[in-house]
Order: sequence, then C-alpha cells, then structure tokens
Amino acid sequence: MTKFKGVDYYNTESLLSEEEILVRDTVRDFVDDNILPIIEKHNRAGTFPMDLVPKMAELGMFGSTLPAKYGCAEMNNVAYGLVMQELERGDSGVRSFASVQSALVMYPIYSFGSEEQKDLWLPKLATGEKIGCFGLTEPDYGSNPGGMITRAEEKGDCYVLNGAKMWITNGTIADVAIVWAKLNGVVHGFLVEKGTRGFTAPEMKGKHSLRASVTSELIFQDCMIPKANMFLKTDGLKAPLMCLNQARYGIAWGGIGSAMACYDSALNYAKSRIQFGKPIASFQMTQEKLVYMVTEITKAQLLCLQLGRLKDQGKLRYQQVSMAKRNNVAIALDIARIAREILGANGILDEYPVMRHSANLESVKTYEGTHEMHTLIIGEDITGIPAYV
Amino acid sequence: MNIVVCINHVPDTETKVKVGSDGKSIDQAGVNYMLNPYDEFAIEAALQLKEKHGGQTLVVSLGGDAHKETLRKALAMGIEKAVLLKDTSVRDSFSIAKALAEELRAISPDCILFGKQSIDYYDEQIPGLVAEFLGMPSVSVVVKLDVKDGTVMCEREIEGGHEIVETRLPAVISAQKGLNEPRYPSLKGIMAAKTKPIEERQPAIVPPFVEVIGMNKPPGKQPGKIVGTDKSAVPELIRLLHEEAKVI
Repeated sequence: MTKFKGVDYYNTESLLSEEEILVRDTVRDFVDDNILPIIEKHNRAGTFPMDLVPKMAELGMFGSTLPAKYGCAEMNNVAYGLVMQELERGDSGVRSFASVQSALVMYPIYSFGSEEQKDLWLPKLATGEKIGCFGLTEPDYGSNPGGMITRAEEKGDCYVLNGAKMWITNGTIADVAIVWAKLNGVVHGFLVEKGTRGFTAPEMKGKHSLRASVTSELIFQDCMIPKANMFLKTDGLKAPLMCLNQARYGIAWGGIGSAMACYDSALNYAKSRIQFGKPIASFQMTQEKLVYMVTEITKAQLLCLQLGRLKDQGKLRYQQVSMAKRNNVAIALDIARIAREILGANGILDEYPVMRHSANLESVKTYEGTHEMHTLIIGEDITGIPAYV
Repeated sequence: MNIVVCINHVPDTETKVKVGSDGKSIDQAGVNYMLNPYDEFAIEAALQLKEKHGGQTLVVSLGGDAHKETLRKALAMGIEKAVLLKDTSVRDSFSIAKALAEELRAISPDCILFGKQSIDYYDEQIPGLVAEFLGMPSVSVVVKLDVKDGTVMCEREIEGGHEIVETRLPAVISAQKGLNEPRYPSLKGIMAAKTKPIEERQPAIVPPFVEVIGMNKPPGKQPGKIVGTDKSAVPELIRLLHEEAKVI
C-alpha cells in the first residue's frame, strides 16, 4: 500500500507551523501502522481496539491541549484538530474515543474540577491508565438536554443519583463517568466511579455504525456518591454545552479525515479500474464526483484551520464551531457515499474503508448536536430569532 | 555516556526525481524532504543507550536551514541537543565526512551513530570515513548493539548471515533496519523540541575530490512481451529467457 500523503489542493500546509506538521505526520504514521491494519477486524467483530489506548496515550493524544503539569502535551488547538483529523482518517470510532477522553472528560475536570479532582484524575487519564465517559444524553432527551430526568438528591455526606443515560461512548469501559444530573432543578456535573453501588453501564449492541467503538447506557439506581465528587464550578446547562463545544471542534476536524480517506480510496480506484477499455477516472461523471470531493475537502480544511486559529486566539464563538461541525460532517458523509458509488460493488467490501466511514458518519452527523440543531444555532445567530423554542 | 548521532535530510522515498536544468543536480521543485530512514534507527539506538547507561545525546547534520526540520524531529523523538553545520556548498562524501570529523573531534563522544547509508546518493562512505579520520573503530550495518564496560558488542549483517564483533569505545556504528523499532516523536516531545536549541556552526571548508558532471535518468522500462497464454508457450519462453534475456 502506498503511504497516505494527505489531500492538500490549496497548499494549506503552508499555513501550518513546523510543529503542527510534525504532529500531523506523526499521528498519520501512527494511524497507518497501528489503526488501519486492525480496524476492519474490530469493525466486523464490533469491538473497540483496547490495545490502542496505551499507544495513543504514549504519544500524548489524550488531553493534548492541557498543561504539561498533568502530563499533557500542551499543544495548541490547531495541532489538536490535526490529531483528530488523522485519527478519523483511521476510524471515527477511534477518534470518538480520543474526543471523549480529551474534550468530554479531561476538559471538564480541568475546567470545572477542584484541584484534588484534577490531580487525582488528569494524569491517569492522560496516560490512559483510566478511561472516562460523559453522560448527558438520555433516552428521551437528546437535542433537548435541559429536559433531563436524571436527578441528584442530597443525603447526608452524599448525593444520590437516579436516572439513565444513553448513547454514551466508552461507557462500559470507563473508570469514571462525568454525569450531568439535576440537583434541586439545576443541572450539575458529578464524577461517578466504576463499581459504585447502584451504577451499571451495559453496552448497547446491534449498531450498524461506529462498530469499533463502545456505546453504552449508564443506569443509576440509588447510586450514592461522595459530595466531593460534584463539580463546584458548574451551574446549569452551560457547562456541559461548553464540553460539547470542545468535542464538536474536534469532530469538525475529524470529518476532514474520513473525507480524505474516502476521496483517496475513490481516486486510486477510479484511476486503476478499467471499464470500456479505459480507467473510469477518464469518464466525465466520475471526474465530476472526484472534483466535488476534493473541492469540499479543501473548503472544510480552510474552515477548520481558521476555526482553530480563532480558538487559539480566544476569539472563537460556539456558533462558528457549529458551522464547521455541521458542514464538515455533512460533506464527509456525502463524500463517503459518493466514494462508495465510484467503487461500485467493491465499495461495500471491507477491503476498502469507504462503507465503514459512510456508516460511521451516519452517527457523527447526528451526534454532538444533530445537523439540524447546528442549523438552528447558526440560524438564531444570524437572524436573532431562536427557532427551537 | 556521550552519544552523537549524525543525521541527514533526504528526499522522501516516494519522490519522483527529475534532473534539474543544470543537468547535474536534482530539480528541487515539489520535492518533500524527510529524516533519512536509516538515521531513525541510529536515533532510537542513541535514546536506548542513554536510557540504559545515562549520558547526553546530540544530533548533528550538515546542510542548509532546511535540515533544521529534520534536526527538530530528532529532538522531538527525545534527543537533547542539535547542531547544524550550516553549509550549502557542493560537497562529496569525503568533504562531508571531513567536516563532520572535525566537529566530532571537538565533542569527543563515546559513541557516534549513523544510519548505514543516506538514501539520497547511496554513497555509503561517511561512517567509515569519519571513523578513519578520528582513528576510531567502525562497525557497519549493525542489527544488534550492546554496550558494557567501555566495549561494544555488535551483530552485523553479512552475506548470508550475521557476524558478531566486539570493539572498544569510542567507536563509530552504523545502523541497519532491524536494530530496533524507532519510536514516534510524542506530542509532548514535539512541543518540548520547540524549546531545545539548534546550535548553528560553520563547518570546516574541505574541497571535494569528486565532482558530479552529469545526471541521467535510467532508460524507461521496455514493454513486456506475451509469448502465449497456455502451456504450448513454455518452450518458447524458456528459449527467450535463455537466449535473449540470458537469465537462465
């Protein structure tokens, strides 16, 4: 197999620093060496490749923008985005693992946790010794998390949790869950450790998408946790939405990765597949498809790059993240589907990555804010009129 | 233990090389450069020696500013210091080796590591020449390395087998694929590399002995010939292999 060289029609590489390029290339090599050879097997079996965790941790892929004192790489957000891009070129499920660990577990502990909570959890999460998950979504409350049913009640030195969360990436394998529940009607964040009485996390089976990722329910039945496990710096939905915004930022970059993988596969196939005595890449309709793909990838790259620069300058608005997540995942899914068409029947085989990416992206399009919710977030931003209340 | 790794910045292995307009150098346009792959084994060996025996690690490269990218990668992998012998003049292996040797003499390392060759010009001369200039033993094409009490045991590839040799330190050792599994630069390492210094020095000027007077691409591959598609073609195939291709 020839080495993946990236897709860079507009020489966006010239907009990256030397370190950013080295970060990208390192993760790109890591994906070629460690993820691509095993991913189809895990996708077939519906298992998460656990042995990747220490390897990813050794490279510093967890919480990589957080301070070095917790054992993190302290990179900028563009470098972090490039890590997400490359991981998703491998698989959206593997990228999801890293996204959750970094943006939905380490980020809230760092942002809202006490010094003790940070010192206890961040170094272990950075080394992959501990795995985390994030429980916000409930069976009946997805786009409308404010309606959540999960409750916390004060009882002596403890809080008692009751309720259920659903669609939780890493849930079953997590050592710690960041759980959002209402205490006296206000949403708060709680750290719930694996093995706490009254807490179970059964895996959800039967997925046609993100098969190489663990998705779980979190069930709390009179689950007592120490009072010290509540985040003191959170009050209301803003905190979990800040976490989601971190994750969405990574997902926007991830979309470029899966899109590049599909485009690369389709381009190579089109150039070598002979029909009517010539490569199918010589047909106008195939060229139109390929041109659409490379154009959308180029636009997505520029969108993310500027988004990352804004984030690094502290000028990012969450509506801008919505735009990138909404656009990049949608085009990635389009590109995956079109790539499948170019590959014809071969496109449905797991000898090629496109059907796996396509199936994965069906989830990515509606998780971390559905495509529609992001449309409404931007819609409200530009008109001043919220359409969802 | 004081360990120095000499590294080179070479065209990416997938580069389609074009001869430049002067007819004696390669056209640089569109060529991506990278750390010479064999040098990665040398860097990994240096890091492992340091982890086992303690000491200092340093990378040295001779070339223009572009070599900093490669030096930075070595720093990101964990090497502590880098020296760029800044020079863009035309040199042959002798003049590069001489300049490296001058620099290395001043540093007086316990162990000097190279990749077994650079994949740009394939001269395969530098490690041996440097050892000679420094009066040090040289072991090439090494696939196993063990340092103990000032001596070094090396396993090296020879035709059809391995040879085990022992020598004293300081020595020059050139690394072959198989010596180790080079680590990835970690993301932390990449960030840390930003703060590690790359010292620039002027290398000794040594006139080259050898001058490149021309470069030509090899002739294009001749199209194949289909002799037949069933067993009746075998005698003719054998005749052609024997008489025309002269390979059997």
